[in-house]
Parts: sequence; C-alpha cells; structure tokens
Amino acid sequence: MTNELDIFVGNTTLIDEDVYRLWLDGYSVNDAVGLRVRSGILEQTGATAGVLQSDTMDHYRTFHMLERLLHTPPKLLHQLVFQIPPSRQALLIERYYAFDEAFVREVLGKKLSKGTKKDLDDISTKTGVTLKSCRRQFDNFKRVFKVVEEMRGSLAGNIQQHFLLSDRLARDYAAVVFFANNRFETGKKKLQYLTFGDLAFCAELMIQNWTPGAVDSQVDDMDVDLDKEFLQDLKELKVLVADKDLLDLHKSLVCTALRGKLSVFPEMEANFKNLSRGLVNIASKLTHTKDVRDLFVDLVEKFIEPCRSDRWPLNDVRLFLNQYSASVHSLDGFRHQALWDRYMVTLRSCLLRMYHD
Amino acid sequence: MPGKLKVKIVAGRHLPVMDRASDLTDAFVEVKFGNTTFKTDVYNKSLNPQWNSEWFKFEVDDEDLQDEPLQITVLDHDTYSANDAIGKVYIDIDPLLYSEAATVISGWFPIYDTIHGIRGEINVVVKVDLFNDLNRFRQSSCGVKFFCTTSIPKCYQAVIIHGFVEELVVNEDPEYQWIDRIRTPRASNEARQRLISLMSGELQRKIGLKVLEMRGNAVVGYLQCFDLEGESGLVVRAIGTACTLDKLSSTAAFLPACNSPSKEMKEIPFNEDPNPNTHSSGPSTPLKNQTYSFSPSKSYSRQSSSSDTDLSLTPKTAPYPQGPRIFLCPSSPSLSSGSPHLKKSCLLSESSLTPHHSSHISPVVLRKSVSFSEELLLAASGMGSGSAGKEGGPFKALLRQQTQSALEQREFPFFTLTAFPPGFLVHVGGVVSARSVKLLDRIHNPDEPETRDAWWAEIRQEIKSHAKALGCHAVVGYSESTSICEEVCILSASGTAAVLNPRFLQDGTVEGCLEPRLSWQPGFFSIGQEENLPAGCGFCHIPYDELNMPFPAHLTYCYSCRKQKVPDVLFTTIDLPTDATVIGKGCLIQARLCRLKKKAQAEANATAISNLLPFMEYEVHTQLMNKLKLKGMNALFGLRIQITVGENMLMGLASATGVYLTALPMPGGIQIAGKTPNDGSYEQHISHMQKKINDTIAKNKELYEINPPEIPEEIIGSPIPEPRQRSRLLRSQSESSDEVIELDLSHGKKDAFVLEIDDTDAMEDVHSLLTDVPPPSGFYSCNTEIMPGINNWTSEIQMFTSVRVSRLSNINLTNQTLNKNFNDLCENLLKSLYFKLRSMIPCCLCHVNFTVSLPEDELIQVTVTAVAITFDKHQAVQTTKTHVEKSLQRASTDNEELLQFPLELCTDSLASHPFSPAKEHLESASSNSGIPAAQRAVSVEKASPLTEGHFRQRSAPACANSTVGVVKMTPLSFIPGAKITKYLGIINMFFIRETTSLREEGGVSGFLHAFIAEVFAMVRAHVAALGGNAVVSYIMKQCVFMENPNKNQAQCLINVSGDAVIFVRESELEIISAQQPVASCQPACSGGEIAT
Repeated sequence: MTNELDIFVGNTTLIDEDVYRLWLDGYSVNDAVGLRVRSGILEQTGATAGVLQSDTMDHYRTFHMLERLLHTPPKLLHQLVFQIPPSRQALLIERYYAFDEAFVREVLGKKLSKGTKKDLDDISTKTGVTLKSCRRQFDNFKRVFKVVEEMRGSLAGNIQQHFLLSDRLARDYAAVVFFANNRFETGKKKLQYLTFGDLAFCAELMIQNWTPGAVDSQVDDMDVDLDKEFLQDLKELKVLVADKDLLDLHKSLVCTALRGKLSVFPEMEANFKNLSRGLVNIASKLTHTKDVRDLFVDLVEKFIEPCRSDRWPLNDVRLFLNQYSASVHSLDGFRHQALWDRYMVTLRSCLLRMYHD
Repeated sequence: MPGKLKVKIVAGRHLPVMDRASDLTDAFVEVKFGNTTFKTDVYNKSLNPQWNSEWFKFEVDDEDLQDEPLQITVLDHDTYSANDAIGKVYIDIDPLLYSEAATVISGWFPIYDTIHGIRGEINVVVKVDLFNDLNRFRQSSCGVKFFCTTSIPKCYQAVIIHGFVEELVVNEDPEYQWIDRIRTPRASNEARQRLISLMSGELQRKIGLKVLEMRGNAVVGYLQCFDLEGESGLVVRAIGTACTLDKLSSTAAFLPACNSPSKEMKEIPFNEDPNPNTHSSGPSTPLKNQTYSFSPSKSYSRQSSSSDTDLSLTPKTAPYPQGPRIFLCPSSPSLSSGSPHLKKSCLLSESSLTPHHSSHISPVVLRKSVSFSEELLLAASGMGSGSAGKEGGPFKALLRQQTQSALEQREFPFFTLTAFPPGFLVHVGGVVSARSVKLLDRIHNPDEPETRDAWWAEIRQEIKSHAKALGCHAVVGYSESTSICEEVCILSASGTAAVLNPRFLQDGTVEGCLEPRLSWQPGFFSIGQEENLPAGCGFCHIPYDELNMPFPAHLTYCYSCRKQKVPDVLFTTIDLPTDATVIGKGCLIQARLCRLKKKAQAEANATAISNLLPFMEYEVHTQLMNKLKLKGMNALFGLRIQITVGENMLMGLASATGVYLTALPMPGGIQIAGKTPNDGSYEQHISHMQKKINDTIAKNKELYEINPPEIPEEIIGSPIPEPRQRSRLLRSQSESSDEVIELDLSHGKKDAFVLEIDDTDAMEDVHSLLTDVPPPSGFYSCNTEIMPGINNWTSEIQMFTSVRVSRLSNINLTNQTLNKNFNDLCENLLKSLYFKLRSMIPCCLCHVNFTVSLPEDELIQVTVTAVAITFDKHQAVQTTKTHVEKSLQRASTDNEELLQFPLELCTDSLASHPFSPAKEHLESASSNSGIPAAQRAVSVEKASPLTEGHFRQRSAPACANSTVGVVKMTPLSFIPGAKITKYLGIINMFFIRETTSLREEGGVSGFLHAFIAEVFAMVRAHVAALGGNAVVSYIMKQCVFMENPNKNQAQCLINVSGDAVIFVRESELEIISAQQPVASCQPACSGGEIAT
C-alpha cells in the first residue's frame, strides 16, 4: 500500500526551521530525511521513518509553494493563501535571501548573466554548496540586481524596501549589486584572502563616497555606478607623483611626521615614492573600465603586497596612511584638496580593512 | 422592492499578467446579481488597478437576496478578441439580511478561477438596504439566523427549542448535462458552483420559512450536505434545529452596566466552564414543570407544516432492496424497528430481501458475537412506547407524559444539537441508527423530489421508533449522511435516544419564556423533589423500564447517587454533558473495518451491500466495545459511524471519545478464552496474550488517569437479577417476528469481557486491538468539542486538514490484509499529526473528524480535520484531583442544603469541573440573573484565589499573541481564552478546482495542498470582510477528489461551512474592564438587564 497523496494543511502554515534550512541548502527530500534521521529526531519523538518522510515532503511542498512569493517578499506579506505570523514571515524571507560566504566570493564582481549561471556547476563543486542552493543564491542576486539597478535613492534602502530584508542583509546585497555592476575583479588568486566582509566594507564606502549619490541624492543609478566626473577629475591627482618637487615635499612631510613612530620607518622611507606612485596611479587610471575592474588587484599589488613583504604592522600602515593623506593639505602647490580627500578617505579605510593575512 | 443591494468595486492587486507583450493587464470587473449586470471601466496596464467604481445598485426581492449569490467577475479587456476571464468571487450576502449580524461586507477577496486557482485579490464593498415586508405570504425568510454550531451559540440563550427542520432540493448536475460536452471545463465548473450556491440559498430560505412557521427565529446545528448522484442529479439537503433565541448582550463586558462589570470579569477565572449554566442543572430537576401551567392537550398543529410525507405514503418508494435496518447500541440501550405500524410500511420494500438475512449469518460470527457478551439488535421484538411509564414513581410518569405530549406532536422529535442548555437532557437511552440502501434513478421532476424525501422520511421514522423502544421520546445529536458509489446509495441516520425536559420545548407561553431566566431564584426550587439528582449522573440513568427492557442489559445502581439504575456501558452521539462527572481523561477510540464485496450491477449490488451491512455494523460495534474496555473506560461520546461504499469493498470507520463516567460501573477486563485447552503451547500463547491485554489495560488506566475510588459491593446494591444472560443476539425478519433467533452463551464470569480465540480471524482481531499505539506523551485526542479531564486551555490553536489517498496493492486482497492496510493508514496518519504538531506539546487534538471515501477501485481516501489546542499541563494535575472528591461530596449533600445555598453549589460545581476551557461568561452572568447582587458578591468572594492566579498568569502571553488580520478557524464552537462577542452569519462555500497540468502543479499532492490552502484563504477572506476574526464550528463537509494521472488531470470539489464570529481575548476584556470604574452593586438591578 502506497500513499499516492499525502498532505497536511494548517490554518496557520507550519514552518519547521530545520527543514527550511535543509530545503534552502538544496538537499533532496531523501537526503533531508537522512540528515534528519541522523539528527536523532526519531529517538526524541518516537516517530517512524515513514512519518519523517511524509513530514519532510509536506514541508518541501509548502516551501515550494512559498518560493514564488518569496521572490517578491512584499507579496508574501499581503497574500491571503498562507496565514503566517509576521515574525515567521520575516524569518522565511531573511533565510531565503541569506547566502553562503563561499558562494558569494565566487560570484562577486561577475556579471549576473546566463554565462555565469552555467558556471554554477563548477562553483558548486568548488565550494561544496549544492547546485540547487547555488542557483537560488545566484537568482536572488540577479533578482535583486534587476529590481534596484535603475532605481533612485539609496541602494541599501531600496533593497530593504523591496525585499524586506534586515538592515545588515540589505547592505550586503547592496555590495553584491555594486560589485556586479562595476564588475570588480575579486577572483584572482592574490585576492582570495579577502573575505566577503572585507569587500562589502569597501563597497559600502565606495557607494557612500564615490558614486553620483554622494554629491546628489536625486540622480538615477546614484548608488550603483561610480561617479564619472569624479573619476575624470582623479586624473588631476597625477601631479602628486608627476611633479618631482611635489613628490619630494610630500615625502619629507610624511617622513618628518612619522620619524620615530614607525617600526618600519626605514622601509617606509625607502618605499615612499613607489607606494605613492601606486596609489596615485590607481586613481588616475580609473577612467578606464578595465582599470576600474582591476581596482582591488591593483590595490593589493601596488600597496598591500609591498607593505606586507616588509612586514609592516597594521598600526604602522594606519599611521602612514593617515599622515600620507593629511600631509597633502600642506602642499601649497596642490589645488585639489577636496578631490584628494574624497579619494583618499575611502581608499585609506579600504586599505586598512584589506590589510591582513 | 424589499431590498436594495449596493456594490462598490474599489481596487485589485496582484493580478496575473494577462498580456505577455507588456507583462501587464487591462482589467475590468463585471458585477452580476440575478439577471442584472454592471461593469466597471477598464483600468489599463496595471496589475494593481484602482477602479473606485460608483455604487452599483440592484433592486431585488428578498427572496432573490436569499437565493442568489453576488457574482463578481474580473476580466482582461481585449480589443480584438474575446475578453479573458481572470477569475470570480462569489459573495453570499445572507449575513447582511439579519439585523444582528454583519452590516457591511468589505475587504479583499481572492479572485478564484476553477482552473488556475487564486489569481490576485479584489477589494469590494457590499451593503444591503432592507425594507420591511409585511406580506404574510412571502416566500422569503430573511431574518432567520443560521448557525452551524451544534449547541446554543455563546451570545444567545434559548427560550424555546422547537425541534427538527429539514429540507432538500434537487437539480440536474450541470456536469452531466448534454451541454457539458461542448463547453469548457471552466464553464462547466462555474455552472456547478453557481448552481450549488443557488440551491443552498434556496434551501436555507425554505428552512427559514419552516422556522418562521414554527415561530422560531433561528436554526442551530444547521448541517447542509450535497449528494453528487451523478447522472441522476444533484441533491442538496439540510437539517437543523429550530429555536427561539434571545440575544444576550454581546458587548455587556464593555459596558459599564449597572452590575459592576469588574465583578463580571472577576468571575472569569472560576467560570471557565464551557457552559457555565451547568450549575443550575443540579437543581433544575424536571419537577419544576409542575410549577407552571402546561396543557398537554395543546395542539401543535403548526409543527406539521414541516412534514413532507407521512409514512403511510411511502409505497411510492423504490421497489429496490432496502438495507436491513440496523440498530446498534451499547450493552444497555437499543433496539430497532419495533413498532408494528412501521413494520408494515417497511414490508413492501424489505420483503424481497429478508430471506438473506438469517441464512447469511455464519456460525463463526454468531459464536463470536455471543461470547463477546454484548447486545446487538437487528430489528427486535420491540416494546411498545407505552411501557415506559410503569416505573419510577408518579413523578417520572408525569414528566414522561409531559415530554411525550410535547414531542409526540412533532413528526420527528429530533435535535441536531450535541450540547444542551443545562437541565434540557434528562436521560440518555443510547445510540439509535438506521441505514438503508437505495438505487438511484434519475430525478424526473426537480420540483417534486418525492423519492428522496420519502427515503429520508422512512429512515427518520425508523429512528423515531428505535428511540421509542428505548423509552425515549426524542433523539439528540442527530445527523444524516450518505455514501454513493455508482448508482447505489447508502443513507444513514444516527442519533442518541433521550428523554428531554419539556420546558424548553414549549410553545411561547409566558412561563416558558421566563422560566430559564428564573431558574436561579432561590425560592424557585420546589420542595419535596423525590428525585433531586446530583448533577452528573442523571443523564446516565436508564429511561426505559427495567422490568420490561427492550433488550437484555446489565444494570446496576448508579455509582453516583445509588438511587437509579444505570447501564454498564453508554454509547452516545452527543458531547459529554458539561455537568457529567468523569474520572481521568478521555481518548479517541476508533473502530476500522473493511469488507470486500463482489463487483455487481444495480440491484444485485444493492443486495450484496445490504447483506454486508449488518456484519459491518456488528463488527464495528464489537471493536469499539473491545477498545473501550482496553482503555478501562465505560462510555463513548460523539460516536460517529461512517459506512462507505466502493466498487469492490465497504469500509466502516467509527470514531468516538471514550471516557470513564463516575456514574457507571467500572468496566471489567477482557478475558481471552482458547478453543483447545489441551494444547500446551497454545495455552501458553493464550496466557501470554492475556497478560499483554491486562498490561495494556493497566497502562491505559495510568495514562488516562483513571483511578476510580474503590466502592464496596454492598453499597452498590445487588445487581438486578435478570441480567445473568448478558449476551445475546437478537435478529428478526421484519414480517415474522416469531423467527427471532436468540442466542445466549453468557460467560460465567460476570465482569470479564470474553474474547474467544477460535480461529486465525479472532487472533487477528486481538492483535489489531493491541496495535493501536497511544499518542506520544503530551498529546491527547478526542472527537468531541472538548477533552474530558482537561480544563486549562491556553490560547494557541491550530486547525488543520490532512488528506491521504492510498493505493492498495491489488492482487489477492483479503479482508485481513485490507483491514490491516486501512488500520495502518489511519494509525500512520495520526502518528504524522502528532509529529507535525509536536511543537505544541502539551496539546490536545479536539474534534478529530475522519472521513473515508473510496474514489476508485483500489484507492482509499482518508480526510481528517481537527484542531490542536495547547493546554497548561501544570494546572491540569491540580484540578483533576479535586473534582472526584467534590462530586462525591456534592452527591452526599442534602437536598435542602442545596436549596438553601444555591450559590455554594454554583461555585462548587464550577471549581470542580474537570474540563472548562476558558469560555463564555456572559451566559453565566445572565443565568445568574435571578440572584440579588449582594449574593453574587458572595459568590465572587468565594472564588479560589488559586484559580484566579492561574488565569492571570495564563492570560498574559495570550495578549501578545493576538495579531491584526489573523482569522482563526476551528471546528469547535468556542475559542479558548477568548469570548465570542458577535455572530456574523453562516459561511457555506463550495469550490471546484480542476487542472489539466497535474504534473506541473506538483502532482496530486501539490494540487490538493494548494487547493485546500486556497479554500482556507477564501473562507478567511470572507470572514474578514464581514468584520470577523474567526470561524467557529468549521467543518469540511465534502472533499471529493478525482484524478486521471494518465491524462495529467485532476478535479476536486470541496464544501466547507462554519460560523463567522468576532471574538475578544479574555486578557483584553480584562484590561478593558480594569479601566472602567468599578461600579457599586445596585441591588435593584436585575441580571436580565446586564444581559441586554
């Protein structure tokens, strides 16, 4: 005797958090049953495997039906078919949009296109995240991207409003969207040490300071693209390294201020011009899309790696960068103080965050 | 023009994309009522259109208002081709037709399409302006209130309970009309939905007319069913109980009424009894009847209006074989088709069949049945109705006369109620049931559904005579059902024979009206009541004459009062009376049975079924009895036996709630007797089984906390001599009663229930007895409203429907494998439920309602609807302890004392009640009305602070739980921890869903899961639009599922009903009352005023 049909419908939709997690993680019903059995639930409840199978199927079916609504979370709140308490609705949404660190690091900065979707197989194998879960996460990224891509207003705010995510998760999604839109390269081997948190931190600062929205809160795409004018203006910074006098003056100011305060002072002194050239050149090249994409690669190659090879402690890096950006204000011949600050404040924080093993 | 219906279409949201090119929709709405249609403008290119239409006004007869549903169709405008329908909303405007219910329907309704399901929502506002119609020949019955609830609704009190009302209407099923071959499935489904909606409107109107004729104003326990008879048509039938209800104030709690509201609130903690009126039941003995004038000669001619056919006219009925009328009862009560005149009427139809009966009884069955020492009566040499009056002294005789005269005027003294006002139920006889097998033929003239009417009249007549044979004049907890397979239909009716207190049944005389209110005046209790029964056992006392019993029964003196005789086991279809005293907790008991049947056509088929029925009934009954004993209990409540017919089998499923009634004797154990005593190993096996059974009984007693006080034999008094022969089987052919077969093999041991194991069959039975696993700890289950023994419900409830369809592995099916399969199916289903709801522990599944159907050859469908309610485990222990003591104490209390200190009794009974979900208090307030306020104050002070403390502690989280927009659904008539303040009208909805892409919708499970979720959603939306926040007495009456996986198709029909209500959490009430100034008691203020 086999059950052809086996359903349970509650007036209040039953949500089992454990099963939801298994479903989100992309396990098949049978795998999920296996995992539940291993969790010792049968012993706790005295249920049989058959009961567990039926229960799991039922929850999976419910989640499957809810998935359509989860794609547009406000619908979940207003729909009438599933009566779910608000706290549970929030949990469903938050968990559905949560993503795996391993997965997001693979996809971050890639174009959210069909091409990338085809690579999910490899990503799944590489990260150990099931293909199904990869697809869900990828589709979430893509869906959020599509909705907020051309919207006015704060990126994180828009995401929060249209997907009812928590503040934290909405900001993470903002980073994902920002990276995807600007196609920053994050997959290079030398960037592997960076966590999603590092990159999201950088993205948030860049959104705050380097996008059109930083100066005008009423433009389209204000938070998604980098401010073109700003990037154009950054060329002006080139004078800091191109003008020999200015570079020397800058170096002497920094060295004077930091003498005795850095454990790596000699290394700093020796490397100053290289480092400064690196940072300024990165700025002046940002007009080229290709160079924008390589921003993080350049930051690591031109600044972080040299420092790291000389074993700069983090605190020395901080002192150096502070002094490095502040000293520019004392350069009389330099007229782009505001531009420098807009560039350097963000860059300094990013570099500090990225400076670890 | 007695009515103006006004409709406004406000907006839509979440509409489906109808135009692929633009991903948008150009939606407009058609509003149709009767033959008038209005349209809104087209709202271009939006999935969330804002129509904000004008008010569409329909001027209509109130007859149409009652019959017709408002039909709202949402369409997508298409310039070049036909407009595409998005979906429809049917709104039953009936709730707007009576003044006390809803005044406006306004809200978001799911737009429903029979092929696609819910497709967005639409916001609609509906109002009705009703003009008074003084035309006495009117065809409408606006104003009659309908309730699905099978007890007196919480914010009303019954002035008079008039009795049974029934009606049926018949039509051709659109699915079987010729036009169905050329129209789309959608059109066909919609035609069906609309027709059924119309028919139920018409049915309700007709029933309403009958109620008005009886001078009632409401129908309680309204049960409407559909019989999909296929080719032969569509029958919509309904039964109910006509009442005159008086509204208690729904808002009394909010009003600073002259009686201090705060006091009313304070009463809550100890007033948690589901029916607080109980405390009046003790003294409300029937003798009161003498105190007011009641003329038995009074003519009840108006009652006859509800009759359709007299039995003598029945020869019209089909010349088909008719099922043997079977009639089951627990050891005490029962017997059947006794009265001679009935026999005559049955003769015509039954004669062709009768010879089969006796010849088909296999010896095995007989022997077994006998040793089971139980009574099964299949048509009996009945006793006349007159025999009843002989015993019990003058009082009883008087009571009987009065009741009799009040009831005999009615064609059918039936009541669909399962719970009653205190004092209403005097004695309970036992379960009476009747079944009949009919062959369906085409209904030629839908306006004259004579055959169907006659069929039911016949069955009801039979039920009536069964009740009479039990010395009862009435049948309570009455219900009717059908099971249809091809052209064979089994009609079933069952109820509980009872003796009722006539005071509720009277005509609206002054006394009759006032009496319930006066019942609390201390001076009212007349002296010298020789039969002042302690509450809690009266209803168990036998109503029949012990010297002239309709069947042999084992009688003892009541274990509570020691004055009256009681049977050893009591089966009923009603809820446990609130004043009944029980020990321990109750539990769900099910008997499950399958019988294979040869496939046959028409008459041969009907004959085969008729022949099987008695055995089915017998075995179901045996199983119930065995399981009851195994649980160590002695009474069944809420018994519902469902016999389902399929192509090649019959299924029987009986569900009931077992309890241990203090008034009834302790059940004996079960003893196993072997057939071959010489065989050593066999002996060993038997003793092993015996041990297992004994262990199970002991375990169950512990589990359900059944620990009755030991009572020495002497006190109980010698058992009545006669019942030596406890077990016999009576069988008679209707025309020759001298052919009665009487078998008596009563076992020597009186108390033991003997199972004789003489073949593998019997072995199986014993095994299957032991396979029922008790629910996991922390879980209880029952099929009644409330769980006996649990009285501390917390507010969390979860109503659910679970459906399973199993395919039998076809080859070589035997009755045994079939039984095992069916048993496993039900047990596994229960286990799944326990597992699913484990987060609610400790909790109780209440009102567990199983339905079995056999949609196809090898398919069994089981549908369960129930509600899980959490309770406070800690508190339960304390209360159950006290109640036994108290009831004993109460039993010994002198009559006089009772009379002088009625209030003491009041608090006593409340405190001691074993089950008292937090419930309505207003009723109690009003029933207390006769008491001067000063005395009420006393009763308040007597409240135990303990209970109060618990209440407060419990109510705190309840407050936090309540969320806006949530609509609760429950099959119960109440909501734990809350108070129903208003009934908004009946919800009665019928939906069809069909798919031609079954696989794409997730297979059969996905399809049905989605559909049931949608049905829930539509019910909730309607309730919310009426302004309500809950549906009580919710029931899924039908869930017909058909699939054709090869064609990737499936279809399902669902019919649900319930009462839309507004409830207020008690914790919120408390807050409100606390904010109000505490008014001082004003002695002049009568309680009656609080209630208004």
